[in-house]
Amino acid sequence: MAFTTMVGARIRRREDPRLITGRATYVDDVRQVNTCYAAFVRSPHGHAKITSIDVAAAKSDPHVAGAWTGDDIHHAHNLKSSLPVAHKMGALGLKTPPHYILALDEVRFVGEAVAVVIADSPYTARDAAEKIVVEYEPLGVVVDPLKAEAGPPYVHEELGTNVAFTMPFKAGDPDAAFAAADVTIKQRIVNQRVAPVPIEPRSMVANWDAGMQQLTLYSATQIPHLLRTQLAVVLQLPENKIRVIAPEVGGGFGAKLNVYPEEALICWVAMQLGRPVKYIETRSECFQAMIHGRDQVDDIEVAATKDGTITALRLKITANLGAYHQLLTPVIPTLTLLMAHGCYRFENIEAEVVGVFTNTMSTDAYRGAGRPEATFFIERAIDMVALKLGLDPVAVRRKNFIANASFPHTTATGLTYDSGDYETTMDKALKLVDYDGLRKQQADLRKQGRFLGIGVSTYVEVCGMGPSAAMPAAGWDSATIRVEPTGSITVLTGVSPHGQGEETTFAQIVADELGVPIDNVTVVHGDTDRVQYGVGTFGSRGTAVGGSALKLAIETIQAKAVKIAAHQWEANPDDVEYKDGKIGVKGDPSKSMTTPEAGFLAFMGDNLPPGLEPGLDATRRFEPPNFVFPFGTHVCVVEVDAQSGEVKVVKYLAVDDCGRLLNPMIVEGQVHGGIAQGLAQALFEEVIYDDNGQLLTGTLMDYAIPHAEQVPHYELDHTVTGTTVNPLGIKGVGEAGTIGSTPAVANAVIDALAPFGVVHIDMPLRPEKLWTAMQAKNGSAT
Amino acid sequence: MQIDLTVNGKRTSLEVEPRLLLAHALRDNLNLTGTHIGCDTSSCGACTVLLDGVSVKSCTVFAVQASGHEVTTIEGIGTAESLHPMQEAFWTAHGLQCGYCTTGMIVSAVDLLQRNPDPSDDQIRAGLEGNLCRCTGYENIVKAVRAAGKAMRGHTERHSVNDLMPMHPPAEEPPPSGEGIIPPFLQEAHT
Repeated sequence: MAFTTMVGARIRRREDPRLITGRATYVDDVRQVNTCYAAFVRSPHGHAKITSIDVAAAKSDPHVAGAWTGDDIHHAHNLKSSLPVAHKMGALGLKTPPHYILALDEVRFVGEAVAVVIADSPYTARDAAEKIVVEYEPLGVVVDPLKAEAGPPYVHEELGTNVAFTMPFKAGDPDAAFAAADVTIKQRIVNQRVAPVPIEPRSMVANWDAGMQQLTLYSATQIPHLLRTQLAVVLQLPENKIRVIAPEVGGGFGAKLNVYPEEALICWVAMQLGRPVKYIETRSECFQAMIHGRDQVDDIEVAATKDGTITALRLKITANLGAYHQLLTPVIPTLTLLMAHGCYRFENIEAEVVGVFTNTMSTDAYRGAGRPEATFFIERAIDMVALKLGLDPVAVRRKNFIANASFPHTTATGLTYDSGDYETTMDKALKLVDYDGLRKQQADLRKQGRFLGIGVSTYVEVCGMGPSAAMPAAGWDSATIRVEPTGSITVLTGVSPHGQGEETTFAQIVADELGVPIDNVTVVHGDTDRVQYGVGTFGSRGTAVGGSALKLAIETIQAKAVKIAAHQWEANPDDVEYKDGKIGVKGDPSKSMTTPEAGFLAFMGDNLPPGLEPGLDATRRFEPPNFVFPFGTHVCVVEVDAQSGEVKVVKYLAVDDCGRLLNPMIVEGQVHGGIAQGLAQALFEEVIYDDNGQLLTGTLMDYAIPHAEQVPHYELDHTVTGTTVNPLGIKGVGEAGTIGSTPAVANAVIDALAPFGVVHIDMPLRPEKLWTAMQAKNGSAT
Repeated sequence: MQIDLTVNGKRTSLEVEPRLLLAHALRDNLNLTGTHIGCDTSSCGACTVLLDGVSVKSCTVFAVQASGHEVTTIEGIGTAESLHPMQEAFWTAHGLQCGYCTTGMIVSAVDLLQRNPDPSDDQIRAGLEGNLCRCTGYENIVKAVRAAGKAMRGHTERHSVNDLMPMHPPAEEPPPSGEGIIPPFLQEAHT
């Protein structure tokens, strides 16, 4: 039977035919009669008082259906004017100033929405927005997180501080370790702000059915159910009167794991007008008002002994939160602390996480969300220790790895890594790139005045988010399987894929386990009226958690089908079992029943075991007992041109371990994309606000996401280390590439510049910075 | 004002504002929503279509400028029932994830192979520099274009864009037949 070969095979994606032919339906493709269109007036100031807003001219435009300001919204009866934040940080005294849906009296970042106008086309809506006159009185601006921490000016004057929270942490005896250290290192590492830039910007269309008293929101979101819950709170509607649909979603990377003011507002406006209201932001608006990622200043101190053993870490993580909390804003830097030991035996850690408000767009989850920042400073620290001690950076990694024998390993920050095998993965990578040969080549080229750099990064990540107790909201996910009377199988998954391919991987699992052709399985997602509550797709959880729920549902289906078959055959149910996707009797090959046959009997209902309900369907939820901890080694080889500072990536190899591969083609795709984003942070990308809070990187002409010529070919390999955290033995792979790649690339570039005495340069490692560093050394040498 | 253009082989007249972008005319007036819009600076290439057989970013062309010309959108490149070799190659090579940039990327790649039927990987990367993808890291896009080139060189002598592309208008979706879906034991049960 071919059925048992689906899992592990390179099945072409079942979502692709509609995508490659232009027949998929993204939010902007949703067509509804009588739709009107929103345009926003946004703040041109980083921080200002709104002294007046005049919407009269806009409202008198014949194309305009309505216009609203923050004041209107604040006084509306059926709307909470500020957005909720998902967090469990009460013990830290987290400050949560109001985040109004439209700015009320004051704006705090460039791009903050001040007014909305609705008209009969996107063009006329923008014309009308031009007619809205807003007067501002500029206030003091702060964009730098360290200046903001010292304050004033204050982003929220009423708080009297820009510090939203401070989280101290201590494990072991770092002071003693520092006192006993042979060497110490102290370095400030800036993890610059970047923009997620899904190619589909934020997109939404809401409609209010006055007859049914039902609100429907199509939104490009990663979390349709969580969005529905938050909308119920903000709109003060019963949750069962709200339907959120995430149709085709054009990339998210964490930026669509959110609840945006615009989403709530569009819903409310649709309810006021009784017409569908659509809002598709422009890319320029997207840069201003979609969440940004990273933006930490990480001050690290490392204590080590002569042999390269790292004995203690001191950290101060200063996180730039932006002007307001979006859904998970304050949670992200706490994940950095959680990961601060990487794959190493760091037992003495003293840390402080400080989250500060600034006059910038909020930061929040961007692919990796807090963990890339940790991996970056740890992997830089390892290289700096190696440099200082004259050791090979690989040897320092090997010296500090958590040993295989110590799994399950409980870290200083309280995580329990269930499994890992860091050395095997690293050795495989080193062998594949011929590390020793590369080092020789590097030495030879240096003699010729050419600067090759070799960067290694060995990461572990915390994902498959996650145990509910450790999550800001629920961490479980759900799956329903329905065996339909005519034998097709419907899967309803609570996760919300938007490129990750679970319509394929989930169908592969079902085809194998329930013994049906893959084409008979349809995976439905992203619609709160069709699918039971699910938490969504983020934190490399879609398959690790949603797929595990699916596995549980399969088990329930199988158990019931076995009872149905046993009754037919008058066999003892204990002797009946699933084998290779079919139901049979142990030791009796003459008896065989398919899942659709059992499903049909369950539908007919007249020949079932006593007490067994008709129907063959199941809904199950998987509560992860732990996170999963994929790991790997990335090696990057670069050549830096001494004349221009230009970086050429000569080679890129990643050996990742995400457990069992359900569809290697999809896994590789996830790693490729992750590497590209991480590499782009190392070399190109940076969101820049000037001191007045003006966004200087506000379009795709100013913000450098890489095109095909700027990224290398990636060589991939993997190891497979099991996990018992979930019934599929899988770990998430969505973010691993991003986490592993940024430090590998940065280590390579900085290694290339070692002859110039360079110890560290902050990202992005653009030519002018490298050239300047090389010139400084050249200058001082002469 | 009135414009007359041929879209995916079909002559069409539209009444448009002079400022209407071709991308919006295709999407909103003709409901050809396979052409996507990803930016406002002509940077991302999601909206790429062929104008008289040559790739253009349809967000940078006014609809009126297309009057009297032939436009081919992704819907005219191929259908699910009759995929263009480039579409087939993107599918097989996993050259897409979220799919949003994909339609424009495929149209650009078709144009690239018209200009250079046997490009090197570096030439493919350079040839697609006007199209941004955030999901794939481009690895499998390059692989797909290479594979499509190979398939097409094997099949056709090219003289014009029409040789490269099945220029038929999108066919109506056939109604689902149920054949092959309803298992044999049930078909028997119902006959």
